[in-house]
Amino acid sequence: MENAVETQHGCPVQDSLGQRVLHVSRDQYVSVIKALADEGYEMCVDLTGVDYLEMPHRTIGFGIKPERFEVVVNLLSLSQRKRIRLRVQVPADDASLPTLFDVHPGTEAHERETFDMFGIVFSGHPDMTRILMPEDWDGHPLRKDYSQGSIPVQFKGANS
Amino acid sequence: MGAVQNIADDGLGGMDHNFVTARIEDLVKWARSRSSWGASFGLACCAIEMMGTGASHYDLSRFGMEVFRASPRQADIMIVAGRVSQKMAPVLRQVYDQMMEPKWVISMGVCASSGGMFNNYAIVQGVDQIVPVDVYAPGCPPTPETLIHAIETLHQLIEDGEIMRRRTANNGGAGVELSSEPVEHTSVTIGTK
Repeated sequence: MENAVETQHGCPVQDSLGQRVLHVSRDQYVSVIKALADEGYEMCVDLTGVDYLEMPHRTIGFGIKPERFEVVVNLLSLSQRKRIRLRVQVPADDASLPTLFDVHPGTEAHERETFDMFGIVFSGHPDMTRILMPEDWDGHPLRKDYSQGSIPVQFKGANS
Repeated sequence: MGAVQNIADDGLGGMDHNFVTARIEDLVKWARSRSSWGASFGLACCAIEMMGTGASHYDLSRFGMEVFRASPRQADIMIVAGRVSQKMAPVLRQVYDQMMEPKWVISMGVCASSGGMFNNYAIVQGVDQIVPVDVYAPGCPPTPETLIHAIETLHQLIEDGEIMRRRTANNGGAGVELSSEPVEHTSVTIGTK
């Protein structure tokens, strides 16, 4: 079987509507980002998390096992004017990832937000605490099984 | 009537028309309502409207509120303008506690009054869960005219004493009680050791 999958730094590359996406495994994560930074992707634009709780049977392809959480990193090369996206699968029972703080110090706040909202711990982060919710808050609000927390409101003149 | 010609002749009785008498309490309330300074607590979009109300077109200075003091010690009215998140709530309470009596709170906008469009875990559903509110100004954001109406309502409540009467009835406010206690007098004769 001919393997026509393109790889970059050992990770399968996907073309998503004209955008370049790399599917990275947790072990290669920091080294690939470091290699990309040396290649010219100087800027880490965004680091965020995704909760696929409601899509347990999704497929990614490339022989990658989909997990509940995913961390998505967007890199920008200012010198060569191109962008690349990395997607890392993070299992729910061991929701941790090494930190990107040493390669891209600007991700300090993004990793705190991902921890606060999803519960993904970034090991090696200088200050792994909540950033949006109060420090003693229980739960991770952007997970799909976290309720909206709305109170019932009665609107006058509504049908119900 | 004209000016008093000769005080020596008419005495103080001739000076009736040059005096206005009032109770001190009324004068104090009159002064308080016309020179109350706001504590700036602009949190979100309503803060922009509050700034617009303080600017030259919808001048707040004509109501005596030209200054928004950053220090709560020097402020009378706290206008909570914007949504209060769970993380901001203790800060809000602390600023309110640091204000000197008499103090009043205007809840500006729907987010401060009731949580507004944000009916979720992150926003406090109404700032009256944290501080006692005197006047609510609805709107998203309330137009400067609405805010001025709210401020003037509060000024009217201050001036006719309604707010203070309500406070004693509800046990509201800071609960400052002025009671006269007997003071022990120790007489001191000056000049002796």
